[in-house]
Amino acid sequence: MKNKNVLTKKYHTIFLWCILAALFIFPALDFSQYVYRICVISVLYAILAMSLNLISGVAGQISLGHIAYYGIGAYTSALLCVNFGVSVWVGILAAFLVSMIFGLLIALPTLKLSGGYLAILTMSFAEIIRLILLNWTSVTRGPMGILNIPKPQLFGYRIRSSSAYLWLVLVIAVLVYVVLHNLIHSRFGRNLKAIRDDEISSEAMGIHVYRHKVIAFVISTGIAGVAGALYASYMEFIDPTSFISDESTVILSMVVLGGMGNMKGSILAAFLLTVLPEALRSFSNYRMLVYGVVLVVMMMLKITDWSALKRAFKAAVTLKKERGDE
Amino acid sequence: MEFFMQQLINGIALGSLYALTAIGYSLVYAVLELINFTHGTMYMVGAYLFYIFVSLCGFPFVPAFLLSIFLTGCLGYMVERYTLRPLRKKNLPKFTALICTIGVSIVIQNVMLLFLGSETRQYPTLFDGKYITVASANISYIQLFVIVMSVLLMAALTLFIRNSRMGMAMRATAQNAQATELMGIPVDRVVGLTFFFGAVLAAVSGIFACMIFRSVNLSIGAVTGNKTFAATVLGGIGELSGAVLGGLLIGIVETMTAGYISSSMRDIAAFVVLVAVLICRPCGLLGKPVRKKV
Repeated sequence: MKNKNVLTKKYHTIFLWCILAALFIFPALDFSQYVYRICVISVLYAILAMSLNLISGVAGQISLGHIAYYGIGAYTSALLCVNFGVSVWVGILAAFLVSMIFGLLIALPTLKLSGGYLAILTMSFAEIIRLILLNWTSVTRGPMGILNIPKPQLFGYRIRSSSAYLWLVLVIAVLVYVVLHNLIHSRFGRNLKAIRDDEISSEAMGIHVYRHKVIAFVISTGIAGVAGALYASYMEFIDPTSFISDESTVILSMVVLGGMGNMKGSILAAFLLTVLPEALRSFSNYRMLVYGVVLVVMMMLKITDWSALKRAFKAAVTLKKERGDE
Repeated sequence: MEFFMQQLINGIALGSLYALTAIGYSLVYAVLELINFTHGTMYMVGAYLFYIFVSLCGFPFVPAFLLSIFLTGCLGYMVERYTLRPLRKKNLPKFTALICTIGVSIVIQNVMLLFLGSETRQYPTLFDGKYITVASANISYIQLFVIVMSVLLMAALTLFIRNSRMGMAMRATAQNAQATELMGIPVDRVVGLTFFFGAVLAAVSGIFACMIFRSVNLSIGAVTGNKTFAATVLGGIGELSGAVLGGLLIGIVETMTAGYISSSMRDIAAFVVLVAVLICRPCGLLGKPVRKKV
């Protein structure tokens, strides 16, 4: 039995490497830039979903304002690059730090609350941030947005095409995945899971609940900021309409669809929910309708719950085997 | 002073509408501990149904009003019956139901969009812009009518919750659904009825609001949904009097900010007040702190 486990684990690792290799070869193939463009956006959403997964999925603290940190990251990097001419890499780093600072400032009062109160408070902060971006015209140029945000440069080569940019975001996504994966499987991550399952007993076990929540929130906002900076330099133009509160619910639905706390599920759901509206573009009138229906049906069936799917598959396989044995 | 009185009246009229919608939110939250994202959509659906009956079908006002709030109530019941109840039976985490309500409201909004188009339409109204002047502030008949109707409805609802058997069942379900079920009360029916009432209140509020603003479009639900949610939490989630207080407060703060500072700040003001209150009083203005028991 143990031997078999080792074997499946080995296959699992090989499988993962294959997927990874396929992902990195994909941009080298000659698909249209439109396809790559959707892929870049999907990967950005995957990063967002992974980061929200830490606080909402693993720690169970519902946040309905995640898009605000994406927006802060995007604006920080864009303003630095456009006004002060700093390199995009510095912009991304600054976006990471500034989003973290905002995340910390918001987390300190908010995370004392839970449930519906926490949800509305995170949403209100996101709304306030969006409205400030919209109305502080002297800095953010309000609804006119920021134009001509530079693309990053690597060894003298400017990453212009969508396929090249896909490589960049893939590298960062993998980095984020590895960091978060290790974090979730560390002691810190286990503590977060304990908090999600039962706050009081984890407190009784000596876990500093509030501190854990705040740290998880800050990490997750920092990563969202990085995704925002990547988005800004990819689109070369940002305005506050990209950061409306509906987007936060979209990201949260990715986390829930993927199965709470399940990173692979989040990534899968992010791809699904980004590609689906694009794939339905030819039925433009019915696009959002279908999207809504899919959202409801998936919630009802929970078919993208990765672990449930796996369990169902395993059960089916064993059933077949047993029948074969008879 | 005149200006202040005028803004105050406008604020109270707007606030009483928020309060009506907020009660619906609060009812559902009390019973299920669920943030019901379809609530804003019900507000919009109610307003549109009234528009369809009056402007497109030519019904008289009163039957059109009753029919549209009844139909919206039924829609609210159906949402609970066919999407949320199966989820509840499966014992999935609460987030699932939340996302499900988001999905349902996307579906409803887009069905409406397919049939009605996205343009802003002129809304039928009562009393045709007549107003009276009290203490140098102009109160239009429709504002007065809305305030009076809201107060009456809130009073009726409070009596219903306090004294009727169904109200008692609702309160019991809010306290402890499992124990209530064991006492032989059909909890599912209670929850369904709560959704019905919530949707009815949202529809009433939507119809009145559109009468005041004299226009309707498909996006009214989302904006009001967020604000009434804020109002509910501001007053203390699950408390009816809190929802009323929160609604009035948000309405008044909004009109005051629009009047004295700038109208682009009005949306920020509501949320800033909410954040400030929640940081000082984490359970809202009238909410009672809940002790968690092991």
